[in-house]
Amino acid sequence: MMVTLNDYLVLSAILFFIGFLGAIRRKNLLMLFFATEIMLNAVNVGFAAISHFHADLTGQMFAFFIIAIAASEVAVGLGLLILWFKKKNTINLDSMQKMEG
Amino acid sequence: MFELVAFYTFAILTIVMFTITVTTKNALYALSSLAAGMIFISAFFFLLDADFLGVVQIIVYTGAVMALYAFGMMFFDSISDVEEKVANPRLTFMLSGIIALIVVVIFVAPLVGAANIPAHYPVGLGAEQYGLAVGNPQDVGMVLFTKYLIPFEVAAVMLLVAMIGGIILAGKKMDTNLSDESKDVHHHADSINTKDVK
Repeated sequence: MMVTLNDYLVLSAILFFIGFLGAIRRKNLLMLFFATEIMLNAVNVGFAAISHFHADLTGQMFAFFIIAIAASEVAVGLGLLILWFKKKNTINLDSMQKMEG
Repeated sequence: MFELVAFYTFAILTIVMFTITVTTKNALYALSSLAAGMIFISAFFFLLDADFLGVVQIIVYTGAVMALYAFGMMFFDSISDVEEKVANPRLTFMLSGIIALIVVVIFVAPLVGAANIPAHYPVGLGAEQYGLAVGNPQDVGMVLFTKYLIPFEVAAVMLLVAMIGGIILAGKKMDTNLSDESKDVHHHADSINTKDVK
């Protein structure tokens, strides 16, 4: 009995939905970033699995670029978050509901 | 069989860790379990023969991203309500002592043993001699620097831009306490808003 591609894809889907659940129900912006990281990692597992089972390195390449994008997202996102926290003294998502006209 | 056991062990561990991240109220627990989950994710990459990706995962995520989050969390109040409560100090002392001992043994073991573990340097040249095929990192390098050279360089520029952006955003007025100024900012913003409305 071997681990098949389906097992990895199911795992990837489960992890993605854990992250999705977190993105929906958390109100803390820092936790929202964590949920985003979980989702990106879940997709990376799927890419690596497909790359392995189809013997094609393209999946791994895309995983590398996703990691690069996640790193820059964290840098810019945390910068914005610190700026927001300095202004409003809170990182609660409800404090951003000022856009309604 | 071994692969199966490893897959299911790490799958359960990863799912548990990320569930903790998503559900816990404590930001510090969320950060720690997220870092643990990232390391467990890298185990899948090693299982899938994506060695280089696994190493990058450990270095970038648990090294860089988690450190960035930890620094970011120092700015926020989210960990101020954490109380350090050690139920059994002797147990903590014993556990940390045992772990330190194990780490020392692990690092000393290759030196004590009869033959040193050979480090295959330079990578490409001595590989056949040890009966190794050209490994995943070499393949990744071949593909990354030929077919995906332009995306690679674009990603490098993007990281540079993100770094500069992060420094400028977070480093602005770093030496002043902005919670005192927040009233001024609010006042200023309100005046702009009313001006716009009129």
